[in-house]
Amino acid sequence: MNFLDFIAGNYIDIQLSLLRHIELVGISVLIGMMIAIPVGIFLSRHKRMSGPVLAVAGTIQTIPGLVMLGFALILFGIGRLPALVVLSLYAILPILHNTFTGITQVDQSYIEAGRGIGMTSRQILYKVELPLAMSSIISGIRISTVYIVSWSTLAGLIGAGGLGDLIWTGLSSYNSNYILAGAVPSAILAFAFSGLIGLLQRMLMPRGLRGVRV
Amino acid sequence: MIKFQNISKSYGHSIVLDDISFEIKQGEFVVLIGPSGCGKTTTLKTINRLIEPNKGKIFINGKDITKVNPVELRRTIGYVIQQIGLFPNMTVEQNIAVVPKLLKYPKPKWQEIVHNLLELVDMPYEEFAHKYPSELSGGQQQRIGVLRALAASPPIVLMDEPFGALDPITRDSLQEEVKHLQKKLKKTIVFVTHDMEEALRMADTIVFMNRGKIIQMASPEELLQNPADPIIKSFMGRHMENENNAPKLLAEDFMRTKVLKVPKTSHTLECIELMSRRDVNSLIVLNDDDTYAGTVTIEAIKAHGKAGREISELLSEDAVTIHRKEDARQAFDKLLASSSNYVIVLNDNRTVAGLITRTSMAKALGEALWGEMKS
Repeated sequence: MNFLDFIAGNYIDIQLSLLRHIELVGISVLIGMMIAIPVGIFLSRHKRMSGPVLAVAGTIQTIPGLVMLGFALILFGIGRLPALVVLSLYAILPILHNTFTGITQVDQSYIEAGRGIGMTSRQILYKVELPLAMSSIISGIRISTVYIVSWSTLAGLIGAGGLGDLIWTGLSSYNSNYILAGAVPSAILAFAFSGLIGLLQRMLMPRGLRGVRV
Repeated sequence: MIKFQNISKSYGHSIVLDDISFEIKQGEFVVLIGPSGCGKTTTLKTINRLIEPNKGKIFINGKDITKVNPVELRRTIGYVIQQIGLFPNMTVEQNIAVVPKLLKYPKPKWQEIVHNLLELVDMPYEEFAHKYPSELSGGQQQRIGVLRALAASPPIVLMDEPFGALDPITRDSLQEEVKHLQKKLKKTIVFVTHDMEEALRMADTIVFMNRGKIIQMASPEELLQNPADPIIKSFMGRHMENENNAPKLLAEDFMRTKVLKVPKTSHTLECIELMSRRDVNSLIVLNDDDTYAGTVTIEAIKAHGKAGREISELLSEDAVTIHRKEDARQAFDKLLASSSNYVIVLNDNRTVAGLITRTSMAKALGEALWGEMKS
């Protein structure tokens, strides 16, 4: 049975796995954003805490995915929950890092101008700092997303589904069709997400900032 | 209008402002100047509470500013900084309208403000309102920076070396525009600079600071004439020098002493020869006792002269003369009013002391302004 026939035969299974995968990626990146962006903003206001917090986030990043999944399995059992917890943790660091540096690298003169003309710190954040840091934050999201697409394949190991299911099935039964059916869509998925977010980044960038360093 | 009362500020052990008290009147253009680190910018920033003093009080219209919410306070005080600080993510219109929007002006009102302000600096709304700061030149950006500060019509505008980063020509025209705007809109402006020329040009009152203290607060004229401290003199450099050395310039200070003089008895041919040799078109003619008799021009000789005749026949007494001790200004006035290119400077005994030409006047003025000139 060649690969194309295999795909045609297992079309529905592959599609389900793909959707599951996208779901895993989407939810965990979203959770990562919801944690990382506020924390990044907080750290930019309290720079003294940024060192330790970023170090902790960096350490999490260095723990091998399998080990993390193992821990999560022990804590939360089998299924989607432990996978989402682990993937969200992994999604945090790039976004956190880029949010923090994006905001702290905004030229001080804009902030002084904002303060001097009577903006509150909240207004400076929303009208000046976040728009100017937006590009950096989105590229953090982009990096996270691409990582998570590939790490989500591990989630198949603890029964969270997704393209990982196909890959693990293939590996355990020496069936290269299964492996490819999981690996190829996940590679395409990574490219697609990356391109899509890149497009979003360009669309969200105000005209005044194109080609300008902030 | 703005009153500083015993303001002190220090960071750790370094004292930035040392018990400063002074008052700024309504509609006054006050320039804070001094060497770097003198506290001028700190003084400026205490007014809108970007910096809080350790001691002392500042009153605006009799009201202690620490009793006002700093954000509210800043919205009533315009602020222009050297780095311009236009928000790069906003258009020109959005930048100008920032404060009116913060103050919740309705849209038609702030749009009208933007229109009017752009008109004020000759930047047509249609052309500029929707551009981004990165699409403007430095001078245009700072014009918008100034407009942003004026948008909510604050009675007070603070400017922190606003033209420091601009090229000299742009700076000149912006200085003029700001001065003009200030008079037209009757703003009280507090302006920080380290450029004495700018200070002399813009200020109604100059506040000279050094090491956190006010050394002198005076009008530009007063500061030039009676600087209170040697450091002011050194800071003013060339602006001071001539005021000190020559409180009153005389005609003799501007004259050139090498002039061609001929006795009345000379003959036409030798005069023509002398003129062509020295490349001039007129000569000063002297009486027998060396006193001034008049001038003779090449035109007169050509028109009426006959070879071998004495020039006394062709003498003209139209040339303007002036005594050497007369005020230089009068010499200039006479020179500029007369059709000839020179004024003859006479000694007490009516002998010729020298000549003031347009060239020597320009040269002397140049020296007075910029020191000894080459050649």
